[in-house]
Amino acid sequence: MNIPNQIPRYSDNERLNHWLTAICFMLAALSGLSLFHPSLFWLTNLFGGGPWTRILHPFIGLVMALVFAGMVLRFWQHNKLQDNDRQWMKQWRDAISNREDRLPEVGRYNAGQKMIFWLMVVCIATLLVTGILFWRPWFADAFPIVVVRIATLLHAVTASIIVLGAIVHIYAAIWVKGSLGGMLGGTVSEKWARKHHPAWLREITGK
Amino acid sequence: MSSLQTLDITQRSATTTPSPQVRTAGVEVAKLIDVSKCIGCKACQVACSEWNDIRDVVGTNVGVYDNPADLSADSWTVMRFTEYEDKEQNHLEWLIRKDGCMHCADPGCLKACPSPGAIVQYSNGIVDFVEEHCIGCGSCVTGCPFNVPRISKKDNKAYKCTLCSDRVSVGLEPACVKTCPTGAITFGSKEDMLEHAAERVVDLKERGYQGAGVYDPAGVGGTHVMYVLKHADKPEIYAGLPANPAISPLVGLWKGAFKPLALLAMGVSALAGFFHYVKMGPNDADADEEKSDSTAAHQEQK
Amino acid sequence: MTNHWVDIKNADVVLIMGGNAAEAHPCGFKWVTEAKAHNKAKLVVVDPRFTRSAAMADFYAPIRVGTDIAFLGGVINYLLSNDKIQKEYVKNYTNAAFLISDDYACADGLFSGYNPDKRNYDNTSWGYQKDKDGFAKIDETLENPRCVYQIIKQHYSRYTPEMVNKICGTPKDAFVKVCEYIATTSVPDRVMTIMYALGWTQHSQGTQMIRTGAMLQLLLGNMGLPGGGMNALRGHSNIQGLTDLGLLSNLLPGYMSLPGEKESNYEDYIKARALKPLRPNQMSYWQNYPKFHVSFMKAWWGNAATKENNWAFDYLPKLDKGYDVLQAFELMSQGKINGYICQGFNPLASFPNKAKIGGALAKLKFLVIIDPLATETSEFWKNFGVYNDVDPAKCQTEVFRLPSTCFAEEDGSLTNSGRWLQWHWKGAEPPGEARGDPEIIAGIFTRIRAMYAKDGGKFPDPIVNLTWPYKIPSSPSPEELAMEYNGKALADVTSPPDPKNPKEPPKVLAAAGQQLAGFAQLRDDGSTSCGCWIYSGAWTAAGNQMARRDNSDPFGVGQTLNWAWAWPANRRILYNRAAADPSGKSWNPRRKYITWNGKSWGGADVPDIRPDAAPEEGVNPFIMTAEGVAKLFVPAGLVDGPLPEHYEPFESPVPTNLMSPNNPKAFANPAARVFKGDMEAFGKPKDFPYAATTYRLTEHFHYWTKHSELNAISQPQQFVEIGEDLAAEKGIAHGSKVKVKSNRGEITTVAVVTKRLKALDCNGTKVHTVGIPIHWGFKGVAQKGYLANTLTPFVGDANTQTPEFKAFIVNIEKA
Repeated sequence: MNIPNQIPRYSDNERLNHWLTAICFMLAALSGLSLFHPSLFWLTNLFGGGPWTRILHPFIGLVMALVFAGMVLRFWQHNKLQDNDRQWMKQWRDAISNREDRLPEVGRYNAGQKMIFWLMVVCIATLLVTGILFWRPWFADAFPIVVVRIATLLHAVTASIIVLGAIVHIYAAIWVKGSLGGMLGGTVSEKWARKHHPAWLREITGK
Repeated sequence: MSSLQTLDITQRSATTTPSPQVRTAGVEVAKLIDVSKCIGCKACQVACSEWNDIRDVVGTNVGVYDNPADLSADSWTVMRFTEYEDKEQNHLEWLIRKDGCMHCADPGCLKACPSPGAIVQYSNGIVDFVEEHCIGCGSCVTGCPFNVPRISKKDNKAYKCTLCSDRVSVGLEPACVKTCPTGAITFGSKEDMLEHAAERVVDLKERGYQGAGVYDPAGVGGTHVMYVLKHADKPEIYAGLPANPAISPLVGLWKGAFKPLALLAMGVSALAGFFHYVKMGPNDADADEEKSDSTAAHQEQK
Repeated sequence: MTNHWVDIKNADVVLIMGGNAAEAHPCGFKWVTEAKAHNKAKLVVVDPRFTRSAAMADFYAPIRVGTDIAFLGGVINYLLSNDKIQKEYVKNYTNAAFLISDDYACADGLFSGYNPDKRNYDNTSWGYQKDKDGFAKIDETLENPRCVYQIIKQHYSRYTPEMVNKICGTPKDAFVKVCEYIATTSVPDRVMTIMYALGWTQHSQGTQMIRTGAMLQLLLGNMGLPGGGMNALRGHSNIQGLTDLGLLSNLLPGYMSLPGEKESNYEDYIKARALKPLRPNQMSYWQNYPKFHVSFMKAWWGNAATKENNWAFDYLPKLDKGYDVLQAFELMSQGKINGYICQGFNPLASFPNKAKIGGALAKLKFLVIIDPLATETSEFWKNFGVYNDVDPAKCQTEVFRLPSTCFAEEDGSLTNSGRWLQWHWKGAEPPGEARGDPEIIAGIFTRIRAMYAKDGGKFPDPIVNLTWPYKIPSSPSPEELAMEYNGKALADVTSPPDPKNPKEPPKVLAAAGQQLAGFAQLRDDGSTSCGCWIYSGAWTAAGNQMARRDNSDPFGVGQTLNWAWAWPANRRILYNRAAADPSGKSWNPRRKYITWNGKSWGGADVPDIRPDAAPEEGVNPFIMTAEGVAKLFVPAGLVDGPLPEHYEPFESPVPTNLMSPNNPKAFANPAARVFKGDMEAFGKPKDFPYAATTYRLTEHFHYWTKHSELNAISQPQQFVEIGEDLAAEKGIAHGSKVKVKSNRGEITTVAVVTKRLKALDCNGTKVHTVGIPIHWGFKGVAQKGYLANTLTPFVGDANTQTPEFKAFIVNIEKA
């Protein structure tokens, strides 16, 4: 064995950035969901009650958008869609059926991961803009009511989409063993890399 | 602010189960504002401030008689003055409309509110904000087809006309009704008010106002504050009173079908993940590698 | 009001002119909405501005400020030339048939007897032709050219619709439409009420404006009927009580008058007032003047008023001229009045030409302010920047401020516009050191009396002998004062001998010491005392009638005879005998009021006639006049003419008075008093081209409510109103700052640009109107503003000296 068993995948800062985003996301999602449907209103208790939830949610969202912007700067280049990504997407059934060997060779991120990345970018940008449009007591009064209504609806729809995206993202991390470790400890095993991101492995190790 | 007992509540914001329904519903009440009798004296504004102990700021004149210039958390009713000129007939009218909460049968504010019990509708039809439960999100503002609720700058709670639910619950008329010097504002059962309104419309038609009518818009299920208008055929001329108010479809979609479906989707996707895991097992590269490594070693040994 | 608020609901047509009831009297306006809703009444509003009353109207017509006589004269002409008068009524109940002296004439805007140097009239030529018994001659055919009917017909024939259009700027069709509405009430079973207020009063020809309205009502047969009448809407709570109790400088309580300086003889004084009937069988009720007067003198001076000293007649001041407020301030400016007790009054704000008023106050030695509020007058000496730019160091006046209670902090009666005396009870204790007005006045009086008693003086008798019977001399109670004005028997008051049964001993109507039941019990022999004869009956032996609160209306015409008490004699509609035709039957069979039942008069009200005066006796309804009928033509009593004639306001935007274009003397009211220097202070249209008028808004009460937060919130800041075309001409934007100037001063404020003020075409002169609400000043919680009377001219009505606040001229420009 002439390659190291553990391969660095995420630097300290990258991990910090990711987890900050993740924590913000969880808080924003929980506080948002608590106001999203009556059945989840009890979640406001996590934030000190309804008014506090209303106060905190937009600030959490704002922080999330800021730290996520950092991630976008770090990672957007890795998430450019390439030709073989399309092929990968066509074979999504192989992806979820644990038949990665049939898929085109994957670089640092597979097409699914890229899709999640860009979905997050679009959703968080939308949430930020729409959220500001009906953020009380600061900005909402400055906009026509129809704008506020569209923003509110769009915010809710986008939030639902991002939550769905997050479920996929989190589940994928749970399902694909070693991924979580990569984001926690910063390194992945060579085997992990060879299986899931062989092109990336070759790129960084020359193999 | 609510002062009625919970048994009189028929609808409650952010509550998906029915309110107590055993008691037979009380009589639906209504306030009838006969705009043709309103002299715009603002006594109702003052009475409202007096009864509810609210004081707006001493403002400035912005070139019109309207003062305070708009509804606010400290002004739950205001007069809106419109100079309406029928150019063809060279006929000027000074339309004066008392604006405030319409107490819709199908209240957009209540529908939009995310906080359980912050907005309630009583069996008599009054829609009331319970500031105790208000979280200040402003969804009621978004939901209202009449642009009525206002969020206070002092406490970030939503306020609006309560139709003096505290007075009505003990058999009194709202303060504005009590004080109206010309009888332009009357109060009683909705049935009686509609009857009274019909008489007024006959009088107005006799005076040549062929468009006279009652404003009790069906789009919000009717209202518990109604107007008699000389020009019910064009309510917009009364400082933008909407002709066909309804809860905005955007709000309807937001608070209607979308949310349960979205929740369902989230639940389904989480479950899908779980069952995927159960079926497929973990996607473990190390386990695979071990398998393939041993195979490789085995082959090498060969 | 000849009628009263509730009665307005009986009207078929409501004419609001010279007033703005919806804004200035919103609670009373309720009865207009009732008349509209339940009596199918039509509301007609004539006003320079499209007011909130106009917003409620079935028909609105614009008019140039100050031209109401031209308008109403035009209506009279319309009624007479279209035969739209209630002939029976006019013939029987007015002086239409009376013949006027051959010397009477009206030419070129002036009546006979004018003295241009003194600016006054000698009215001898305005009298009736009289027969050998001293009765006025009449011509029942109304055809004699000297009869009032023909004189009026001729006089108003000049007031054609075209002339009305040229003078008033009212479009001809709108004017005719108003005439048509009014004319519908010339039939016996339809009535119109006229609601007016300071929009008629506050003109240099205000009395005559009101009189024109009254003439209209008489020609239509609308006086004395439910739903009719001339209804003055009083502008302050208890201003009716003020005039009733004689608080005008030339009056005694109950509309008795002070003697003039030529009336130093008691008999002459009485004779000039106790008018003998001018027609046979008429009541001429003022014949009872001695009874009212002697009882009044007994109330004031008790035992000091004796038959021997003519009931203390010498105690009464003899007027050399009127001492109205304008006169008082003129004298202050001249340094001839140097002390002033100012009670419940804010003259710096309320009187014209603020600069003159402030200057006059600064010449005083002392000023005593009795008021619940810190008024502008009480701080006239203090600098409030642009709003009161004075130098306190230059003012030597010593100001004493005595805080008084407001109406809600005291018991007492208030007299409303409908002459109802309504007792009220205090709702709160007064704050701080505030004391009731009687206590403050009593405190001043008892000290002055003590000084006169100790030191003597030129003529201390009227002061040291004044009756002061109150339990606590330093604080008379409202109950004591009320019982005093009602009157009591000083000795047993007995019934007059019965002519049918002269032997029967007289009945005791009121035993000595007892409260009187009404003014019919007053005597001129010193056996009764009564502080105000018209109020007699308000607090009888049966107790306080003003405190009654039974609102039952047994006849269904809004007459609640057991609610409070109305003067005179609890009568709710004056001249109500006129509600029946000469034979005693109701004019309107559907709305019976007072009728003759064969033996006596009766119905829904207290009859305003001797109850047993059978119709055959011919006792006419207007019992207070010597004629027994109402006066379309007034031979005596008004200083500026027997008939209303149009004059321009002293400041007018038009160059000539079209009614008398060639007579500059008759441009403005030729008999109005103008002080030296004030004529020069009138502006000219070339400098001040726009008509201006001042007025109240519904959100405020005069200069008081700017001290109240809720009123301040509902109308926080001073503004002026201008029409869209004037705004366009001057480049004035909606809500922007403007400067309004008159020849007396200028104010800077916000412009409300509105469709409700339109330019009027007055014989080729385009007249724009600037509307100036009055309510702001430099004290209170509303935004500070200029006193509107910075702009107004210092001239009053020829008869009453009420200032001409409603018509003057200004210029306006962007600030």
